[in-house]
Amino acid sequence: MKRVVITGAGTINALGLNVAQTLAAMREGRCAIGPLDIRDIDRLSVQIGAQVKGYDETAHFNRQQIALYDRFTQFTLLSAKEAVAQAGLVFEGELAARAGVVLGTSGGGLNTQDENYRVVYEEGKNRVHPFIVPKLMNNAAASHVSIEYNLKGPSFTVATACASSNHAMGLAFQMIRSGGCTVMLTGGSEAMLCFGGIKAWEGLRVMSRDACRPFSANRNGMVQGEGAATFVFEEYEHARARGAVMLAEVAGFAMTSDASDIVMPTAQGAERAMTGALRDAGLNPSEVGYINAHGTGTAANDKTECAAVAHAFGPDADRLMISSTKSMHGHLIGGTGAVELLACIMALRDGIIAPTVGYEEADPECALDVVPNVAREARVDAVLSNAFAFGGLNAVLALRRL
Amino acid sequence: MGQTGAGMPTISVRDKVIGIIAQQAVLTPADIAPDQTLEDLGIDSLGLVESIFAIEEAFDIAVPFNANDPGGGDFDISSVAAIIAAVEALVAARPEPGPGLSPGPSLA
Repeated sequence: MKRVVITGAGTINALGLNVAQTLAAMREGRCAIGPLDIRDIDRLSVQIGAQVKGYDETAHFNRQQIALYDRFTQFTLLSAKEAVAQAGLVFEGELAARAGVVLGTSGGGLNTQDENYRVVYEEGKNRVHPFIVPKLMNNAAASHVSIEYNLKGPSFTVATACASSNHAMGLAFQMIRSGGCTVMLTGGSEAMLCFGGIKAWEGLRVMSRDACRPFSANRNGMVQGEGAATFVFEEYEHARARGAVMLAEVAGFAMTSDASDIVMPTAQGAERAMTGALRDAGLNPSEVGYINAHGTGTAANDKTECAAVAHAFGPDADRLMISSTKSMHGHLIGGTGAVELLACIMALRDGIIAPTVGYEEADPECALDVVPNVAREARVDAVLSNAFAFGGLNAVLALRRL
Repeated sequence: MGQTGAGMPTISVRDKVIGIIAQQAVLTPADIAPDQTLEDLGIDSLGLVESIFAIEEAFDIAVPFNANDPGGGDFDISSVAAIIAAVEALVAARPEPGPGLSPGPSLA
């Protein structure tokens, strides 16, 4: 089995337009959740989110590109550019054939769908732009990354709601570890902050109208975010031979299914995913210093996740740190695990644990060290990143310091 | 004590709410007793959210309900009778739609 390392990272999200800005914001415990600036906001009861503010697509893409790139594809391409530049890779010949891209998204080109349903239903027009289908399709971002960087190996999109990115990155990891690929671009993207995207979530009655407060006794729901993060996963010997900077090792991955309920999570499914990732990585529970929680800020997730961690780690649960960075960048749904992996890399590489901001009141059902409100310095050797999706689909990654 | 400010007979609110709950519980309205809880009737959290939606649609009201804290907020869901009373209060507080105006959703 091959070892897998991360040699590049890129992002754009509400906390920052690149990795450096995002990590700085996480260190400062800055919350990017605020009033949404979208069309028809007055008809929404949920009016907050973590939006990428001041974003001008024309500053990055020309008219022909914008005709083909939905906002989620734009976010992907910007984050991929940063990641590939950091990795310093050029994909040609044999390497191109052994490189691909696996990305997570839930809504895909939801803005494109929303805008064009308006055109045909609300405005009554009978004609739409010719590129609506290639713009809205969920694999558009993966395909454009493949085209942009000449990645000729396996490329596809994973859609498992809130676990999409973790599933995507886990599969990319497995493809390199098994020897099938040498380099994979992977991560995820979401751009769901449009009228229809929020209205649908509103219906479920799990959204907060004021703030995201994971693990806090007074939490009252999740808050949506948007953005993307992309990573370069590379086979260890290949990275070493070319002298690449290695940000962290991807050590293990596990996925499980609750096989229970379409929206209510079970602690057992989450626990099995965590213990599975540890086993896959050859880690003891005592070696894990930090968990980036799924931590949505809903009543159901947070208490279930804490119960799962307590059970999976036993006495070690009292020693480890667990935080939810969704309190700062919101819930990026299909892109969330990717942005959250940045916090894991920061913990391993810089020894800084991103906090759970908005924390106000201890909850006995979430009695773990949730790194409330202020980032912390700590040396950690191994971390987990949790993602638990609607539909009971769980995906957990284990990373190790190099 | 009956408030009839909305000009709608209270009995119809009761019947409509019981009808909605009965449908969700897969029972007939005659099987629903006022002192029963939704749990008694086998209605889970998803069923509750669906019932709230059906109530909002039936009465054109906005029910203050957050699934993260079903017992919190001002909308009492502790029994069938409590739900009926809460809906009656919201219906009474509902602004009368003006002539020719479609009543828009009143969102907090």
